Amino acid sequence: MTASTGQPHARKPEPLEFDKPRVSIATPEYRYDMQGEMPEAERVERAMKSFVKDFGRTAAIYMESCIHCGMCAEACHFYEVTKDPKYTPIWKLEPFKQAYKREYGPFAVIYRALNLKQKVTVEQLQEWQQLIYDSCTVCGRCSLMCPMGIDIASLVSQARHGMYAAGLIPHELWAVTERARLEGSPLGATPKVFKDRLEWLADDHEVEIPLDEPDADVLCAMSSIEIMKYPDSVVATARIMNHLGVRWTFRLDGYEATNFGLLSGNAAAQKLLTMKIIDAAVACGARTVILPECGHAYTALRWMGANMYGQPLPFRVMHIAEFLAEQVREGKLRLKRVAKSATFHDPCQVVRRGGAIEAPREVLKALGVELREMYPTKGTNWCCGGGGGVVANHRADELRYKTFKLKMEQIEETGAELPVTTCANCRQTFDDGQAHFKWDHKMHSLLELVADNLIEDES
Amino acid sequence: MDLLEFARGPALQWSISIFIAGVLWRLLGVFLLRSKKDLSEPRNPAAWKGLRLIALRSWPRREFLEGTAFGEVMGYAFHVGFLVSLFFFAPHVLFFADVARGLIGTDLRGLVGFGWPTLPNGIITLLSAISVAALLAVLVHRLVNPVKRLISNFDDYFSWFVTFAPLVTGMAAFAHLAGWPYERLLAYHLLSVELLLVWFPFGKLMHAFTIFAARGATGMLFERKGASL
Repeated sequence: MTASTGQPHARKPEPLEFDKPRVSIATPEYRYDMQGEMPEAERVERAMKSFVKDFGRTAAIYMESCIHCGMCAEACHFYEVTKDPKYTPIWKLEPFKQAYKREYGPFAVIYRALNLKQKVTVEQLQEWQQLIYDSCTVCGRCSLMCPMGIDIASLVSQARHGMYAAGLIPHELWAVTERARLEGSPLGATPKVFKDRLEWLADDHEVEIPLDEPDADVLCAMSSIEIMKYPDSVVATARIMNHLGVRWTFRLDGYEATNFGLLSGNAAAQKLLTMKIIDAAVACGARTVILPECGHAYTALRWMGANMYGQPLPFRVMHIAEFLAEQVREGKLRLKRVAKSATFHDPCQVVRRGGAIEAPREVLKALGVELREMYPTKGTNWCCGGGGGVVANHRADELRYKTFKLKMEQIEETGAELPVTTCANCRQTFDDGQAHFKWDHKMHSLLELVADNLIEDES
Repeated sequence: MDLLEFARGPALQWSISIFIAGVLWRLLGVFLLRSKKDLSEPRNPAAWKGLRLIALRSWPRREFLEGTAFGEVMGYAFHVGFLVSLFFFAPHVLFFADVARGLIGTDLRGLVGFGWPTLPNGIITLLSAISVAALLAVLVHRLVNPVKRLISNFDDYFSWFVTFAPLVTGMAAFAHLAGWPYERLLAYHLLSVELLLVWFPFGKLMHAFTIFAARGATGMLFERKGASL
């Protein structure tokens, strides 16, 4: 297949450039990626087996319920900005719907016997790689739109398991997941790098950063984006915890909350990465694990962690914004007033799908900003376009920039001085979009805003 | 045995049997699948409250209305017209009573002491006509709208046909369409209904049942997390 025919190239893994601001590939041409050597039939077999492996009642109900009304398209930012029907969310699952009917559904025998549904081919999966990874941030806006109530986003995540097993995922996602699995961090924030950074940050900012405390009430984790790109968030976390007098720690055996296993569809890596934090928390007897400003890290531990662990977690899991809101509610966190107008970008995994809808707003209220909500906002806010691993996938850049215009319009319409969010991945997407469009709006971190406005001396 | 006798006799019995067996098979095939327990600590322990999504999702959020207004309006127009005609047209009520007596030996009046209300023929005719018009509109929309055209398959068009046919044959029989014997029109109407019953378990018409399960499941999952419904 060639680019001239409009069909994607197959591309084998090649070295990534990890020193760039974002993980980079030299020639992000129109292509699909493949990992591993195996016959095509085996790729399909693996994809389907993995797809149905965790197929439970709820997913089957969803598969039985679609009426092809097409309304989900109206909720998807990729369709909204392109009007290309292939970005219709439910269409992104077409090969998997086909496979479900043929291989797994209640009438699978009939479908197979009469060949009413064709067997899924590797060419189909290759073509769908772009739809499942490049043009879906798993933001779940479509799940709020579907009149049947199908949680389409959850099915996309399940489809990603199949694509990973088939060795058919974007190379960047594959590579960073491998790096996280082997080194402990997708972006090179290895335990040694993290330790060095903490020492440097502690010295530079004159802040105490406890590390590897054997006993602690609170275990904090950071995302690799923060460690490598936004180290001020690490400092902000330390300042706030110290300010509150919390008995807390970072631990080298469980500090990295980023979970590319979840984003890529590598369930084994997802579990491995999740278990590091769980084991670290258990080891130091933490009663609370505080997750950083990272949307999918919240999903991975808060909502999927116990299921990976196989039993309820012996500690609370909180997003940092939830923790801050709790401290505000309990009167422990007093903040200087920020005499500015602000607007809040809702990270999909924290707000729409995570349920921490009001917590960041409570913190903004405590900061005294004039909050100007975007339209739409909260559960129906538009995604930044970079979630679900999309911002790590250069092949998707052009499309992602189109969706970013939605955010630019939304924020400009509020006229707010401070765009604020509570997800480093969203923040990175905003920074990249800002640079691309030479936009004059800078996204701010809620965590850093709080740290900058602590009332240090209450007496 | 003439066509009407066939339609009233073996065709009706077989189609009802296939409908019941097929629906049960498909529902049990899904509901008997395992469901893993979610071990995460719920934000809202009363997840059952999420069942309100079954009602909530019957109307789109304000933010989504602009893009879905056509589908919503046509959906309601068709469903209301179809269901009211089906359940409140006097001859249908008599027919259901007949079928009930055949199956369980009594009708609703015999069971609970009162009958099933009916609506005047004029209202039924109007609603049926609205339903037919809505079905034609959604078919055209499916053919010309790029999204719907892309995602449509045989099921969409055949399900449309087996839904459209009973409405049209029913209206034709009611109107005693010129030149056609009533018995033949009635037989066509019955056969079209039986075709719908036979197809029902295999295609997307099953959403009449699964919609409650899908909305309910999502509602409970999301409510548990405190996520947006």
